[in-house]
Amino acid sequence: MPFIPHTEKDTREMLDAIGAETIADLFDEIPKELLIEHLQHVPEALSEMQVTRLMHDRASMDGAPLCFIGAGAYEHHIPTAVWDLATRGEFYSAYTPYQAEASQGTLQTIYEYQTMITELTGLDVSNASLYDGASALAEASLMAVRTNRRAKSGVVLLAPGVNPVYEKVAVAIAGAQGLVFERLPQDAATGNVDFDALPEGREPVAVVVQQPSFPGTLEDVDRLTNWAHEQNAVLVGIANPVALALLKPPGQWGDEGADIACGEGQPLGVPLSSGGPYFGFMTCKQKHVRQMPGRIVGRTTDLDGNPGFALTLQAREQHIRRSKATSNICTNQGLMVTAATIYMSLLGYDGLRSVAAASHANTQALLAGLTAINGVEKLYDGAFFHEVALRLDRPVAPVLEALASRDMLGGFDLSSFAGLDALLICATETKTAADIDSFVAAFAETMSGSKLKSA
Amino acid sequence: MSELIFEKSRSGRRAFAQAPTSSESVAIPESMLRSDRPRLPEASELQTVRHYTRLSQKNFSIDTQFYPLGSCTMKYNPRACNALALLPGFANRHPLGPADHGQGFLTCMFELQEMLKDVTGMKGVSLTPMAGAQGELAGVAMIKAYHDAHGNHHRNEIICPDAAHGTNPATATMCGCIVKEIPTLADGDIDFDALQQVVGPNTAGIMLTNPSTLGVFERRIKEVADLVHDAGGLLYYDGANLNAILGKVRPGDMDFDVIHMNLHKTFSTPHGGGGPGSGAVGVNERLLPYMPIPVVGKKEVNGKPVYDWVAEADIPQSIGRLSGFMGNSGVLLRAYVYMRMLGRDGMERVSEYATLNANYLAVRLRDAGFELAFPERRASHEFIVTLKSEAKTFNLTAMDVAKALLDKNYHAPTTYFPLLVPECLLIEPTETESKETLDNFVAAMVEIVTAAKEDGVDYKEAPYTMPVRRLDDVKAARQLDLAFRPDGS
Repeated sequence: MPFIPHTEKDTREMLDAIGAETIADLFDEIPKELLIEHLQHVPEALSEMQVTRLMHDRASMDGAPLCFIGAGAYEHHIPTAVWDLATRGEFYSAYTPYQAEASQGTLQTIYEYQTMITELTGLDVSNASLYDGASALAEASLMAVRTNRRAKSGVVLLAPGVNPVYEKVAVAIAGAQGLVFERLPQDAATGNVDFDALPEGREPVAVVVQQPSFPGTLEDVDRLTNWAHEQNAVLVGIANPVALALLKPPGQWGDEGADIACGEGQPLGVPLSSGGPYFGFMTCKQKHVRQMPGRIVGRTTDLDGNPGFALTLQAREQHIRRSKATSNICTNQGLMVTAATIYMSLLGYDGLRSVAAASHANTQALLAGLTAINGVEKLYDGAFFHEVALRLDRPVAPVLEALASRDMLGGFDLSSFAGLDALLICATETKTAADIDSFVAAFAETMSGSKLKSA
Repeated sequence: MSELIFEKSRSGRRAFAQAPTSSESVAIPESMLRSDRPRLPEASELQTVRHYTRLSQKNFSIDTQFYPLGSCTMKYNPRACNALALLPGFANRHPLGPADHGQGFLTCMFELQEMLKDVTGMKGVSLTPMAGAQGELAGVAMIKAYHDAHGNHHRNEIICPDAAHGTNPATATMCGCIVKEIPTLADGDIDFDALQQVVGPNTAGIMLTNPSTLGVFERRIKEVADLVHDAGGLLYYDGANLNAILGKVRPGDMDFDVIHMNLHKTFSTPHGGGGPGSGAVGVNERLLPYMPIPVVGKKEVNGKPVYDWVAEADIPQSIGRLSGFMGNSGVLLRAYVYMRMLGRDGMERVSEYATLNANYLAVRLRDAGFELAFPERRASHEFIVTLKSEAKTFNLTAMDVAKALLDKNYHAPTTYFPLLVPECLLIEPTETESKETLDNFVAAMVEIVTAAKEDGVDYKEAPYTMPVRRLDDVKAARQLDLAFRPDGS
């Protein structure tokens, strides 16, 4: 019996101790008409050897394409030690650290994580993580309402470059509590907020800006932060943690800094894995800490006066506050946070900066190569980090299909977001010059009839 | 505590093998760049490996200790599930990669949906919720969407038993509903008369866990279902205790309209020190149009099955997206491998042996002098011991026993939940524990109580053998120290 240790003798002795004839007797309180004979559609068991063969076959079907897609999930090299350590049974198979004395490993790791992510975002405090970047924006929006009771509108203004899926998720999670999400106007040339057309009198509860934006541009976050604060709104900054090795952190935006930062933690050592499990990070100013959702770890002392770690501020949470909790969340993405903490320890600031700089440099090289092809232009004016939008002279989908048939994933089809034929490309530090050259060559051939522009 | 990784740092030290060499051609305006230096660790690779290996050793875990934490289903997480989910073809697949570069992954997801439909008796399954609480959110949002679509916008009351998990009422609030709490009877069933009083024209639905958090099966479930349905409400099944009935009773057959499953409990994906979870939802016919997206669909192309995402256009009334992509895919792969290794018969054995272990442990503890909270009832996969008389007569509380167990190298059961049983220990052994482990646990429990009762040992300062002694929670909350700042900033 897979994973069940009972011998026949054990089972007999246990039933005798209980005073039952058979195991079936143990279900005697369940109304008979509810019991089923057998499951119908679950197949017969496979041995580990058989399931290993099956999964190897399935995984190999998905291949190893050369991937230039980003759009919210980024391929980075993950040091071997990260998952070797994170999948140690003592991390992997532990539960939430409610028994603090028997969970100091997990608790200290989270405390170290909280330190690192506050350093990166330039804010005071962090929680122990949320599900993912998109749901973190939903939680940040709800948190903004709790910290900004003066604003009665329930309106959250989103910069034009906020990931459209994040908006959908925020609506699905926070919409029932009366929040309304509206977009700020876009400057068509830069793709960024059009400061000449900002709305007046909306009394927003929060303003959200993503840096770098979903289509890869860099917003004037200083100016937007100051504008938000003039509107008495909470400024929520969505950030990419790897980009923060280069870019000004949310805590330093404008005169007063962002109030809340959140985003997708995946780039910090978490595999792409078809979209999850990832983790959402969230940091904020000290004064808002009691409105934060999710678990938080604090350092305290034990009976002997020695330092130790425990979950804290639990009075915010569902298991204590029930219907009045800050959120229904109980999970943090513990294992992913463990991996991210180890990743950041191995890279350090200098290593993370070199990952960011190499990704930035590779994307510049990719852009230079692709825009040398007739029919390919940079879509938006201005600087970018490791992702950039292109305008094509033809529909994007067939181009991507042709590239995919050569085992190259040529980027994210941005056409419906941009309202014209557009492609979003990304080259992280994992791409070599040869990768970029062969992709550019394939792209040029795919743009049939198109040639490299003459120099 | 161990030294923090920051305290081991030395300026200029790095794990040099881990960073790419890069040019410094940063083409970003100065005003957008960061000028400070965030204080991340500066350590060698060996120092980092040693540090986190040491930290891991300060945890209790399933792999190292018996972990009978009630309501959490701390069963063995088979190693193969992890290794196979991390095969390069799966681990490196971009979530926005085209479906024809993901047929292996999508096949697994489709088959997982089908298997979960079978074990729950539901008509549709969406794998996208990222934890049980998010599954609950999806479920209550679907119930609301159903009522709204039928013009019943006023139906905004969600009924929860007082024994419910805290997430149930918290979820109802997040969905814009009002919570109506109903009491529990002395025998552990919900108070049917009280339910009759509460059910009415504003009822959106009821959220139930069955077997309940009290470790007993709700015997009048069919009557409850009829009462709520007749009043126009829907039934939500909190799948926290699905391990107790896997392959025996299906929530769909109990007339539940929507269910979430905790794959990290029933289907043995890792708890990971507090996550990731995975909270797939199942729905009956009535709620199919409202399922969260995406789900995986199957069609025939040239006689061959082809799998693809089913999204907005196909489910226009969907409650929408709950995650940036499709939820905790890697967790779903682990659950898939687990289910394939158990197979149909193995699935049924889960509930059989989980129930056998719980009833055996309950009887052994009862015979050793412990008081069961519901002595007349058959235990499900878990049961409750109450220490109210020990607390009264010789001041031994549930907290004391929990901490004393740590010194005997057992993780504590769940304490002080459910809230309505005084001084309670909620004990869930799971099917993967052997008889010897259960016998040894009984002996440890007896030793703890005997020492307190006969020798006056008190455990107010236990544990003694852990990396730290009992921690000052009040200080933790009052003098917040949530991040290391070497200069105190």
